[in-house]
Amino acid sequence: MPEKQASVSRGFWKDGWQRLRVNRGALIAGGIIALVALLALLGPAVLGIRYDSLDWEHLAVSPQWTGPHFLGTDRLGRDLLVRTLYGVRISLLIGLLASAVSLIIGIAWGAVAGYRGGRTDELMMRAVDVLYSLPYLFIVIILMTLFDRGSLIVLFIAIGAVGWLTIARIVRGQTLSLMRTEFIEAAQAFGVGPGALIRRHILPNLSGTIIAYATLAIPQMILFESFLSFLGLGVQEPLPSLGNLINDGAREMQSAAWMLLVPAGFLVVLLVCFSIVGDALRDALDPRERAA
Amino acid sequence: MLAYAARRLAAVLPTLLIIITVAFVVIRMAPGGPFDAEQSLPPEVKANLERAYGLDQPLIRQYWRYLAGVAHGDFGPSMKYRDLPVSTLIAQGLPVSLTLGLCALLLALGVGLPLGTWAALRRRSALDHGIMGFTVLGVALPSFVTGPLLVLIFGVSLGWLPVAGLEGADPRYLILPVVTLALPLVAYIARLVRSSLIEVLQTDFIRAARARGLGERRVIWRHALPPAMLPVVSYLGPATAYLVTGSLVVETVFGLPGSGRYLVEGAINRDYTLVMGMVIVYGLITLLCNLAADLIQGVLDPRIAHA
Repeated sequence: MPEKQASVSRGFWKDGWQRLRVNRGALIAGGIIALVALLALLGPAVLGIRYDSLDWEHLAVSPQWTGPHFLGTDRLGRDLLVRTLYGVRISLLIGLLASAVSLIIGIAWGAVAGYRGGRTDELMMRAVDVLYSLPYLFIVIILMTLFDRGSLIVLFIAIGAVGWLTIARIVRGQTLSLMRTEFIEAAQAFGVGPGALIRRHILPNLSGTIIAYATLAIPQMILFESFLSFLGLGVQEPLPSLGNLINDGAREMQSAAWMLLVPAGFLVVLLVCFSIVGDALRDALDPRERAA
Repeated sequence: MLAYAARRLAAVLPTLLIIITVAFVVIRMAPGGPFDAEQSLPPEVKANLERAYGLDQPLIRQYWRYLAGVAHGDFGPSMKYRDLPVSTLIAQGLPVSLTLGLCALLLALGVGLPLGTWAALRRRSALDHGIMGFTVLGVALPSFVTGPLLVLIFGVSLGWLPVAGLEGADPRYLILPVVTLALPLVAYIARLVRSSLIEVLQTDFIRAARARGLGERRVIWRHALPPAMLPVVSYLGPATAYLVTGSLVVETVFGLPGSGRYLVEGAINRDYTLVMGMVIVYGLITLLCNLAADLIQGVLDPRIAHA
């Protein structure tokens, strides 16, 4: 692997941080994500409005700086800012949990395939190929018909269950090349068992790659959740999600464009920021990308 | 090449069978049946209905009967739209969906390829940065955001194009849906072409072509672009998978009478036969497009077919 060595190496993580710090765009994007997350966590409590409380005196009012509804309300008089912030909460939650589910499956699958090699590897990767060739939406729609629609737990399992393919491929490839290195051979010669070998020697060496791809997985999961909710297959009313808020907004946009623009704006900002940070992390931590 | 084509073709049927089987088993395991909504049904009527649809038979027999039907192009009757066979429902919507998908693919190639090439040839110029900025947005923005936004701008505010629906063969109704569906593809293809063309332009055979005194135009058209197209061709498989899922959104946003909405509707109504029919038809379309992409790639790059 043609790897350009930095003149002064300060270790893997410090090197990565150095490269990341220079990337001002990624830092700003990370800051925006933190700000939006903070808003979503604290905003509803500060405003003192519940996501499902109805305000009969302000039905479908447009955004106003004087309050009480800073970004307007919907047809039922529910505060759009609070509902959107709740939607962001759900999106972030599902993004994180579904990424975690897909990471666990993907890492386990890829590490075992790469470690065992040979026939097992071929069989396991063939399964991944077959799943890759199916439109993942089918699997999720089938899973969502099987269980209760609207259950958040089912939702993130369903999303996570189809998101692990890419990470499995990456982990498997890296494990295969690690297996040929001398320090693995040395560990095996010392009698380290397969479980310990994977946990103590292989996974730590993959942590940079895994973190980078996890950050890239989060926006995909968020996108997927809002996509399902938009179609009416994900988060169900009265619980708000960015997806079903956008769906509502799209229906009302001829008379009330803000109902579409507010949740759509939040979703776009989150997606763009996460992919900027993910790309930057991959550039900073993935050794294969560094040569380029 | 022929052996390669045969091998790829032989893989389609088993995969399709796996899709059918998994979908069949999982959907039948789902709690709740298609006749649950009508709770006022007397038990005898419900039993009769279930008998009429063959739901009282053992699962394995239902499965064989279904497979035999599918082999003859019969997907059974819809359980929600009474009196209508699933094949009729799908056949009504499919032309709209296929037109939509095909137009979007052509638009994506027609715009994405030149954009990417242009950006690669003027690397690091303002034009390159502009195109790349556009592609970042294009990839990040989901179609259920761009669709309504485009309608808001061109349909509601400017009033240039119809907001939704489809009237006869009026192509104006298809412009916004096709653009919405094509946008992420345009962005992705432009990025693919840009990065692979930049890579190809740095290879020795391009330097050799220039050293032989060939004109810049000839170097790019004859020598650089063909190999730079390979990643685009291999992306065509995933692209059709995207078009299939994307058409669901676009048909919902624009209220088009395509077949995509049956998948969603069927899932919500637990219309077993409709969901199954849709999964099989869309699965087959995806598999065939993947196959076509593989074969084109095999022709362009013989190393793949011989691997």
